[in-house]
Amino acid sequence: MRGAPERPTGEGVNIRFDKLGVVIAAIAAYAGFLAPFATFRANRIVPGQARSILEALPATTAALLLAIIVAAALIALFRTPLVLRLAASVVTLVALALLIGVAGTFLTPAGNTFARVSPASGFWILIFAFTLLLADVLTRLNLSPLARVGVLVVAALAISLLLMSGSWDNLSILKEYFNRADSFWAEGSKHVTLALGSLAAAVIVGLPLGIFCHRVERLRAGVLNVLNIIQTIPSIALFGLLIAPLGWVATHVPGAAALGIRGIGTAPAFVALFLYSLLPVVANTVVGLAGVPRAANDAARGMGMTDRQRLFGVEFPLAFPVILTGIRIVLVQNIGLATIAALIGGGGFGVFVFQGVGQTAMDLVLLGAVPTVALAFAAAIILDAVIEMTATKRRVETA
Amino acid sequence: MKAWLPALLRLALVVLLVAFLTNPGWFEPLLKPLTENNAPVIYNQGSLLTLTLLHLRTVLLATLAATIVAVALAILVTRPAGAEFLPLSRSLVNIGQTFPPVAVLALAVPAVGFGEWPTLIALFLYGLLPIFENALTGLTTLPANVVEAARGAGMTGWQRLIKVELPLSAPIILGGIRLSVVIGLATATIGSTVAAKTLGEVIIAGLLSNNLAFILQGGLIVAALAVLIYDGLSAVERYAARRMGREAE
Repeated sequence: MRGAPERPTGEGVNIRFDKLGVVIAAIAAYAGFLAPFATFRANRIVPGQARSILEALPATTAALLLAIIVAAALIALFRTPLVLRLAASVVTLVALALLIGVAGTFLTPAGNTFARVSPASGFWILIFAFTLLLADVLTRLNLSPLARVGVLVVAALAISLLLMSGSWDNLSILKEYFNRADSFWAEGSKHVTLALGSLAAAVIVGLPLGIFCHRVERLRAGVLNVLNIIQTIPSIALFGLLIAPLGWVATHVPGAAALGIRGIGTAPAFVALFLYSLLPVVANTVVGLAGVPRAANDAARGMGMTDRQRLFGVEFPLAFPVILTGIRIVLVQNIGLATIAALIGGGGFGVFVFQGVGQTAMDLVLLGAVPTVALAFAAAIILDAVIEMTATKRRVETA
Repeated sequence: MKAWLPALLRLALVVLLVAFLTNPGWFEPLLKPLTENNAPVIYNQGSLLTLTLLHLRTVLLATLAATIVAVALAILVTRPAGAEFLPLSRSLVNIGQTFPPVAVLALAVPAVGFGEWPTLIALFLYGLLPIFENALTGLTTLPANVVEAARGAGMTGWQRLIKVELPLSAPIILGGIRLSVVIGLATATIGSTVAAKTLGEVIIAGLLSNNLAFILQGGLIVAALAVLIYDGLSAVERYAARRMGREAE
């Protein structure tokens, strides 16, 4: 899926346009000159007033930003070397990230603690356009899995550096954060625990179940059908339906309440995420084991391996990339679904999202949504890299 | 298992669903034990049938839009003129899938307001990936001899697309549509957290008033719809595959 051929470069003197570049330049021109860059509000919930780049930044800084955007859009527009395109997208993204902080400070009247400044549509569209350019360059560079994780780490470090330097402190989303810094990290760790914990439970139960289904054909259709039907129950209903049985367990089974099992809260959320996670794990284990070449199994049998040796020495390693794909699906899905746990008192970043929706305070919504998206995105990149590494290793070994 | 048993079960499910939606009162004794303090047993702030139809309409509109965009995109990137967009469009659609539904819904609210639109946007985004992936698979795994024959018969690119490539890919594309409808049916319930009129309203009312009967009826209607639509689309897919002489997935 990766590894597109290098696009042909322009021959002779005639200037060639880059097709994707035309799209990016058009979006950037609209967002840079016509759309609002930042929103100013007198307090956190009143409707905002739009500010263009020229209004949101000191004059020279605004001119500099517009010059960078125009230059980068031109580099995108024509067929230019990849290194130049990479530099253009990175420079523009860094400039945007730094200058939105400057806009926050510039637009907030000195000493006013109620005023809020947040990024507006123009800022987000510019980020989108140049991330598109960056994504295109990275796709065409055909990076190795480790290099992709490296890019992710560099990006994460750059963002943490910006956060710690305090240059974004005057943006509304960070003001929401400062008001609830303690609960942010508490809900964050709850969110991660829910997503990873239910994944771990699903792997512990799902792998043996998948192996069992692979060995006992009569069981396979039944188990997979039941798990399929669980997937069709909407998440908010499943979360709600588990409240009653877990409440019953908490009051009737000695020791359960002491373990933290309660009708509402983390327990039903954990069980619901676990149930949703089972299908991808079990189904991929079955598919992975079914895809083990017959020759490999025959050879193992011929060598006198026992069933157990064959499972752990041959079948399991060969099926591993497919099983990992199931785990990737589950992890990304769980990080997203864990936001819904907040509806039944299970905590997680969803707490901020639903509070924000309730108060129509969009920056509070962002405080919950941005870390969730970042976590899901990072999990997808890391697991994709791991899957690719195990799959290529397998190919090299079997070749 | 006898061949007619699944068909009979499905028929029973349809009858049960229709009966419940048109005459929910009949089922009151069944759900009664789930409520406490004489709380209402059947959702009473709106008709279940209307909510179900609105729920289906939302999913239908979003899937329709997702199908048009995803198939158009897949056609574009499989033509020579658009081939350079193929890797990028793949990673973009993949990235779109990592955005949690709740986040998409909540973030769409400032742009389009409360109500049905945020839900439509979220469902549209989630529907894209399965349809796009399947359309790509369908269009890139066409039997080479058939395409060659169409070319040899003097068909233009447009004729080949309409008369050969799309009909041959139809069963696989339908498989993608089926997946995205089932995902959409469940995801639409979350739309009620931002005031969309879907069956999620019933479930959320149950969560807020601690009424298990509401949660159960809302959840079961959605699950029943998903199972029936999944089966129905699978049948259409098998029919299309037989006509095209291609095995459905």
